[in-house]
Amino acid sequence: MISDEELDLLGDLAQLSLDPDNRESTLTAINEVLELVATLNAAECENIKPLAHPLEAEQMLRPDAVSETNQRAKFSQVAPLFEEGLYLVPKVIE
Amino acid sequence: MNLNNATISELHQLLITKAISATELTKHFLDRIADRDSQINSFITVTPDIALEQAKAADLALASDTHTMLTGIPLAHKDIFCIDGIRTTAGSKILADFVAPYTSTCIDNLNNAGSITLGKTNMDEFAMGSSNESSFFGPVSNPWDHTKVPGGSSGGSAASLAASLCVASTGTDTGGSIRQPASMCGLTGLKPTYGRISRWGMIAFASSLDQAGSFTRTAEDAAILLECMAGHDSKDSTSLNLDVPRYTEALSRPLAGLKIGICSDYFKEGLDSAVENLVLEGIRELGRMGAKVSEIELPHTKFSLSSYYVIAPAECSANLSRYDGVRYGYRCDNPVNLEDLYKRSRSEGFGAEVKKRIMVGTFALSAGYYDAYYRKAQQIRRLIKNDFISAFKQVDVIVGPTAPSTAFPLGEKTNDAVSMYLQDIYTIAASLAGVPAMSIPVGLSKGMPAGLQLIGNYLEEAKLLQVAHQFQQQTDWHKQQPQSSIR
Repeated sequence: MISDEELDLLGDLAQLSLDPDNRESTLTAINEVLELVATLNAAECENIKPLAHPLEAEQMLRPDAVSETNQRAKFSQVAPLFEEGLYLVPKVIE
Repeated sequence: MNLNNATISELHQLLITKAISATELTKHFLDRIADRDSQINSFITVTPDIALEQAKAADLALASDTHTMLTGIPLAHKDIFCIDGIRTTAGSKILADFVAPYTSTCIDNLNNAGSITLGKTNMDEFAMGSSNESSFFGPVSNPWDHTKVPGGSSGGSAASLAASLCVASTGTDTGGSIRQPASMCGLTGLKPTYGRISRWGMIAFASSLDQAGSFTRTAEDAAILLECMAGHDSKDSTSLNLDVPRYTEALSRPLAGLKIGICSDYFKEGLDSAVENLVLEGIRELGRMGAKVSEIELPHTKFSLSSYYVIAPAECSANLSRYDGVRYGYRCDNPVNLEDLYKRSRSEGFGAEVKKRIMVGTFALSAGYYDAYYRKAQQIRRLIKNDFISAFKQVDVIVGPTAPSTAFPLGEKTNDAVSMYLQDIYTIAASLAGVPAMSIPVGLSKGMPAGLQLIGNYLEEAKLLQVAHQFQQQTDWHKQQPQSSIR
């Protein structure tokens, strides 16, 4: 279960702002899921290797050669704010 | 022939014998969408210009005998597949105006085979849901009863086919998002082995679970689509580098001697008794067809829901971190600084269920909790996989219910998350293990369809399709349609 203070930390880690009006219901909803998954504790898992990929596949390697063409102009068209080859964000360094 | 219940193979015959043109067929379905989709809201975007352009090309291919089984076949695609130049939203406000700059490999394969794209179908936001009620574009209604849900997350794809607004449709399945809506809409839904179909260009939810698949009227149509959709893709490192079998060739083999397993964990409290009776009668039918039925054990199935609701949110929290209001997608107005830009763009752009899962996943991956949640869930995942490996030493196919009930009323579970999550109780284990599974219609309860789930061993989609096809030769549940869709 997470506390009200931990909710703030989670919001920061997840980059989500918490609506004060929904704060309590958000906390309840998250704790409901954590309660559901708490049954994990009943499983005996000693010496069991975690499974990350269903078929145990390993990362493929490819030749170290250029395979993609530059499509910057096309991709920049879907950006909310783009100017002179740059994605615009609020000023970070004064 | 009634075009509204025709299969891909039946329409292929009409097209190659010139009984109908691809353009006429495409117009037929575009007209139906225009007339009827407002009742069920199964499409987010309809693409008539692209469809008619593709139909024109399909007619040329048909005239010059350079066609495939899919040439001129009108399809609907879940709005999770990027298609170059077409709005691709994943059912979210954060991508409401996103026009994809490239096409997913899966859809590319279908396009190259000459199929027609009618449009993009509604879905739960970022595929997180079991009722298609979390979409930014509004809920989808079940064509069998407009007051009920179609299932989810691929609810729009299922509803559009059940309403005969397309000939087949694509979907994705992370924990049951093809099989459960297929069950609730009376369709054949196939989730192949993890990695069988490329995920490239498919908007990610939980990458180690996401798998593309299809909704069709028959197992034969599912085989036709899988032959086209499957295959290695160098752009997806998790796609399997294996040849694609001719799934259609295995369909006609009889079931005599086939070993079918049933697991008592799939028939416990929570399963609607009418659905249980239909599933048991379906299993008896398989027995009459020559299959040998025996009990098997999947002892860790009881941990599948808890394992899934750690792994899927954890992966979603990582995958959805890319939506930051900078490179694409929704951006908040007048951000005061960079953090404000990130936080408000995400908070205003994502819906409540998505935000909740991101927070749960962030918690499960955070310092101090990782071992207790994420690592433990992945250990259980291995135990679940081992269960299936043991079971498939004894049997060829595991059968049981797809969903605990038929479709439920819209709004009934929107404030009861755990009850909604339990909708996937029978489908999640196969997703965690990565084995192929499908749902086929097994009967009606109070006028609403129920599904029989078939689970196969890794890469044995051909066997699943064979069992489903043989079942559909002996039963006509797959031919049942909502009255409104026949006209």
